[in-house]
Amino acid sequence: MGQALAVLVSNNPYRAFALASQRTTPDSSHNAPTMGHRSDTTQNTAPLVSMQGITKAYPGVIANDSVNLELLPGEIHALLGENGAGKSTLVKILYGLLQPDAGQILWSGNQWDGSPIYLRNPADARSLGIAMVFQHFSLFESLTVVENIALGMAVPASDALRREIRDVSLRYGLPLEPDRDVYSLSVGARQRIEIVRCLLQNPKLLIMDEPTSVLTPQEVQELFVTLKRLAAEGVSILYISHKLDEIRQVCDRATILRGGKNVATAIPEQESARSLAALMMGENVSTTTRTERSETGQPRLALNKLNLPAKSRQAISLQQLNLTVHAGEVVGIAGVAGNGQDELISVLAGEVKASPNDMIWLKGEFVAQWSAAQRRRAGLCTVPEERLGHAAVPSMSLAENALLTGFHRQALRRAGIITKRRCRQAAKAIIDAFSVQCDGPRSAASSLSGGNLQKFVVGREILQAPDVLVISQPTWGVDAGAAADIRNAIQVLAAQGAAVLLISQDLDELMAITDRIGALCAGRLSEFYPTQSVDAQQVGLLMGGKTALEGVA
Amino acid sequence: MNGESSMFVLIALTVITAATPLVFAAIGELVTERSGVLNLGVEGMMLTGAVFSFLCIHVTGNAFLSLLVGIFAGMVMALLFGFLTLTLQASQVATGLALTIFGTGVSALVGQSLIGVAYEGLPKIAIPVLSELPTVGPLLFQHDALVYLSWLLVPAVAIFLKRTRPGLVLRSVGDSHDAAHALGYRVVRVRYIATLFGGGCSGLAGAYLSMAYAPMWVENMSAGRGWIALALVVFAVWQPGWVLFGAYLFGGITILQLHGQGIGINVPSQLMSMLPYLTTIVVLVLISLDQGRVRRNAPAAIGQVFRPTT
Repeated sequence: MGQALAVLVSNNPYRAFALASQRTTPDSSHNAPTMGHRSDTTQNTAPLVSMQGITKAYPGVIANDSVNLELLPGEIHALLGENGAGKSTLVKILYGLLQPDAGQILWSGNQWDGSPIYLRNPADARSLGIAMVFQHFSLFESLTVVENIALGMAVPASDALRREIRDVSLRYGLPLEPDRDVYSLSVGARQRIEIVRCLLQNPKLLIMDEPTSVLTPQEVQELFVTLKRLAAEGVSILYISHKLDEIRQVCDRATILRGGKNVATAIPEQESARSLAALMMGENVSTTTRTERSETGQPRLALNKLNLPAKSRQAISLQQLNLTVHAGEVVGIAGVAGNGQDELISVLAGEVKASPNDMIWLKGEFVAQWSAAQRRRAGLCTVPEERLGHAAVPSMSLAENALLTGFHRQALRRAGIITKRRCRQAAKAIIDAFSVQCDGPRSAASSLSGGNLQKFVVGREILQAPDVLVISQPTWGVDAGAAADIRNAIQVLAAQGAAVLLISQDLDELMAITDRIGALCAGRLSEFYPTQSVDAQQVGLLMGGKTALEGVA
Repeated sequence: MNGESSMFVLIALTVITAATPLVFAAIGELVTERSGVLNLGVEGMMLTGAVFSFLCIHVTGNAFLSLLVGIFAGMVMALLFGFLTLTLQASQVATGLALTIFGTGVSALVGQSLIGVAYEGLPKIAIPVLSELPTVGPLLFQHDALVYLSWLLVPAVAIFLKRTRPGLVLRSVGDSHDAAHALGYRVVRVRYIATLFGGGCSGLAGAYLSMAYAPMWVENMSAGRGWIALALVVFAVWQPGWVLFGAYLFGGITILQLHGQGIGINVPSQLMSMLPYLTTIVVLVLISLDQGRVRRNAPAAIGQVFRPTT
């Protein structure tokens, strides 16, 4: 373990050894609960919950292999690990959604005092004071805010509950209107519903699964204020995330899982993002580095005062969008989901046609009326945000999915008849080039994990050597290793002379790989700035609706 | 009471009897669908209810017992559907179609000996005083018990769905079974109950056909009413009040078709039989303009198989 770390955290092996000795690894305390290096203030406190030797196996895979996790009262504890490391399984066991094959959970909320608990279902967990905010929100879109909250508790949707919602939302700065229909709310507001729902149960333990992946930097900071306040009131928070900087900012301790096993318990403040990543990813550590690109070339894609009226009441209308993407550059569009990203990518891809007077300019031609197929043949490839169902047909094989966008630019047919062998070869090329983990070109798209399918759909477009690539949320829900691969591939493509437009909610990603950056808010684009000349907070202002920054060239 | 108004009352009464089975079948299917289950077997469950209730009245002569038998027969069919789709996770569409074919066959088999048997029909219950009002009296207060029940059932279902906690849970299961499961609700159990309620209502609708609407047994006597009930639920955008309105509208069209020929309006009867479906298509187009109404009421998880994997 220490040896491996010394290699991984390359430039200072001594520091790596020092860190390794501070951490307690499973090797050194095999049958006992993993006790982290505690700070002095919490040294004498008994743990609120202690999961010991939790094992859960599915056919063919052991999701949790005698995992230990311990939370102290009032601490914010990170659960770190890549996709498939067993975080979700562990958390679902703690919330009563899954039952472990082996191991026990000790609980010391009020009358329990360190005795083993058996959680048959989430109601059991809730009755002890365990609450959970899900990554993919478990909200009912057709119901109102108050109905959704009532469902998560054992109370009717009454006026008393409405009052309680208002009280809690005021106290923790989480604005909510109880009688709004959920489908009409933004992602941030939906998350606030989940949090308020949990808080109304006066939880002792709050589990948060990737809570910041959909929030603006300002919203993230507001959430952290809320979390710290809760922790100060004695609530323990189990915080699941990939975002190492956030964990270092807000968490007291971290338990790191890899391949279903404990790797270490660490104090994030004393680690660097890189050393945490090394623990999380083991030997596969890879990070995104900005590749220097030579001077940008000719304009490849341009919008000039593009308007697109909203198609329905929920849709956003695009207003007066101006944008130019040059050969060899990556241009980023930041923004919170639901501000016109879907509309923008569909009008660029040709799924929705703009009016003939609106200008979409592709390599010297006006393409507003062109179909998606014509645009692909002309060199504009797009990767939409939703990988299953939009970018790929779930029930079709990878070879067939390769054909679906590839046949415009690759010879996959002979005299109009699909050549299956060539489709398989095309899929194989993507699988090899992007190290997609799957059972080969014949496996169904739905059988791949999110990260691997994302690598496949991104790779499919990149291998078609597009002149212009429009890509939306390429690393949404993808683990750090796969995300780094995708970001690097995008940069390589730009370095080869393609124009890339990256639409993303992940500000870190945009700051890391774009050359110029702007934001989309309520269907309007801000000014664009060289990424090097702005910081995340300034882009956050653009995401919030400012159209230009003062004092930035 | 002059002749014109008595003619009106007469037509209105036939509309009410034509609409009542639609109300039962559609309100039951509405509850089933609101829980996320699409049971296309309404026609089959109606026929089963019709034949078994008629068999019972023939054997026992007890109307109340016969209605219960009709309800029970529909529920047994729904239980079969539930077992196949909820427990064994078969496709709801295919299973529902099979249920209709199965119900048609079973009812024909059971009903063989019942063809030509006579029954005087359910007794009318006149509400004292109110039933003697001119026009309104015969129109609203001189019906068999099931008509009153259908009028009570619709608001009861509306209140249940909108104002009670079990109703809220049922709607949540139909909106997102995964989210409901994550909160710890018993998705499959809720859907079984809703499916059984739908089956019972369909059985009762069938019993009304064979015991009140045309008190006899004729093979395939529901004559497409199960499909109209299915169309009605969509027509009503899954709102109980609109089911009542739609049932009377569609019932009215059915009667219009009969009387139209009598009065000498020369419209092909086939065209009139198409009307409920045409209306549904037009309404579907119209309601899709108001996405908010659809999003609030349509069960998003309808027809989806729930596999509790995690």
